[in-house]
Amino acid sequence: MKICVLIKQVPNEDSPVVIGSDGISVNNENTTFTTNESDTYALEEALLLKEKHGGEVVVCSLGGDSASQVIKDSLAKGGDRGIMINDPHFENLPPLELAKVISKAIENEAFDLILSGTQSADAGYSQVGVLVAEMLKTTHSALVAEIEILNDTTIKVKRELEGGWFQWSELSLPASLSIQSGINKPRYATLKGIMGVKRKTVDTVSATELGIDSFETTSHVSSMYVPEKSNNVTYLEGSADDIADKLVDLFKNEFNI
Amino acid sequence: MKILTFIQFDDSINNISLEALVGAQKLASDTGGSITAVTFSSDASKELINYDLAKILVADHPNLKDYNPLNFTSALAQIINSESPDIVFFGHTYEARDWLPRLSARLDRPLITDCIDCKNEHGVVLTRPLYQGKIYSDIKTDSGQILVAFQPGTFKIDNLINGTAPIENIEIDLSDSSSISNGEKFQESSGGVDLTTAETIVTIGRGIGKEENIPMVEELASKMGAQLGASRPIVDANWIDHSRQVGSSGQTVAPKVYFALGISGAIQHLVGMKGSKNIVAINKDENAPIFDVADYGVVGDIHEIIPKLIEKL
Repeated sequence: MKICVLIKQVPNEDSPVVIGSDGISVNNENTTFTTNESDTYALEEALLLKEKHGGEVVVCSLGGDSASQVIKDSLAKGGDRGIMINDPHFENLPPLELAKVISKAIENEAFDLILSGTQSADAGYSQVGVLVAEMLKTTHSALVAEIEILNDTTIKVKRELEGGWFQWSELSLPASLSIQSGINKPRYATLKGIMGVKRKTVDTVSATELGIDSFETTSHVSSMYVPEKSNNVTYLEGSADDIADKLVDLFKNEFNI
Repeated sequence: MKILTFIQFDDSINNISLEALVGAQKLASDTGGSITAVTFSSDASKELINYDLAKILVADHPNLKDYNPLNFTSALAQIINSESPDIVFFGHTYEARDWLPRLSARLDRPLITDCIDCKNEHGVVLTRPLYQGKIYSDIKTDSGQILVAFQPGTFKIDNLINGTAPIENIEIDLSDSSSISNGEKFQESSGGVDLTTAETIVTIGRGIGKEENIPMVEELASKMGAQLGASRPIVDANWIDHSRQVGSSGQTVAPKVYFALGISGAIQHLVGMKGSKNIVAINKDENAPIFDVADYGVVGDIHEIIPKLIEKL
């Protein structure tokens, strides 16, 4: 089984999000980055499938120079090789264009499975995995909570629906699956894994090499801003001790609990 | 402006689709546009005829009776190609998450997901949250020709404008798409925790930091006579059972008191609890979206406040 995992580098949860001076982009000068958490479940699922059924796990990311770190981290956990789509123009593309670039970069690999996380922690469109499915003419399923390989041509996936409902779905291969968070326990890299990264191949491709110059998009970001807070919140202030007193008063006297 | 709205039909019309229809009516009145509602269910059309719409298109093909992403994509792509609307509205349901990107790629029309507002300012402007609600972005479209999916709660169903609408049946050509076949829907047997009847719920999020801190909040919940709930990341990490999850993939609750500890308030969580009567939130980030729905807020460290609170209760 030849598996591709799409991995994105995103700002750390605790890293402040600063809007750039142009007012339409995020200033990442002082941002620290990490692997998109939801993608780590996709990688773990790929590694588990490989352990059980054999094959190859290829990690693919798109971004600037710093993004190659997420490929290295994924190789340290057990990925076999990497594809790094490196082009500064590509970083802030809308999902449809992003998927076109990724599809172009992996189309000749003939992957049996393409796994991605369900949503990125930055723009969070939740689209790329399914867009790639249509572009590469594979089947797809989003919000996958479990994967069973039935035979060389068919898999069964458990799809998560709303409100705690699920559904099993049979898909022909090749398939692109976006993996729901929490379906496995992503492993940590071992020292041996980290040492082994330098022996693994990472192919770097640019826009020019993919034959893509530019995109015409019909929609664009016109502004970015911090949302206004509603004024209805009553803030309790003071030391931890004062706040605890105020909360006890609120619970006992206001809410009668 | 020609607006098309897709109406998802489950056992009844999906509420998030109806909300999107309210958004369509608003945009139509702002731009002098017309709305076509599209549904794959003739049962849905019986209700839709009571709303103010230009027309209702019904594609009642046997292969569209149950959800299949390939059939849905193929059918709606045919309808969009023949109707050529400027803009197509959807509710951002889990089902929509599964098939709309496929439709977007098929039509080569951008899909803007998770929208929370739609305005007309010399062109359609859509607002969507980024970085889990920490910032918003406005997206402007030059030529329309887009697909838009709205988060639950963006528009209020109460604001639907009644009227009449003619029904048109439409023939769809669907080839065999057996490469994806869906089975029956089912619910997992949970640990049996029913949060929906709880009067008080103490819920923890990522801010709790590590698993060793769980007993502390269990003690707090027990002192308050409250049920313990959790946001998705805590359940994903297996620190608390799935049956205690609040949010779009867990339970929807509306207790008398909802005490949110270290929860930032991603939309998937907010939809599950914003109906609570009194919401008290503690978070160290003053910009956390949880404060948008809170009645009482504390910007502070739960690890300092919880032990004091346990002591005083």
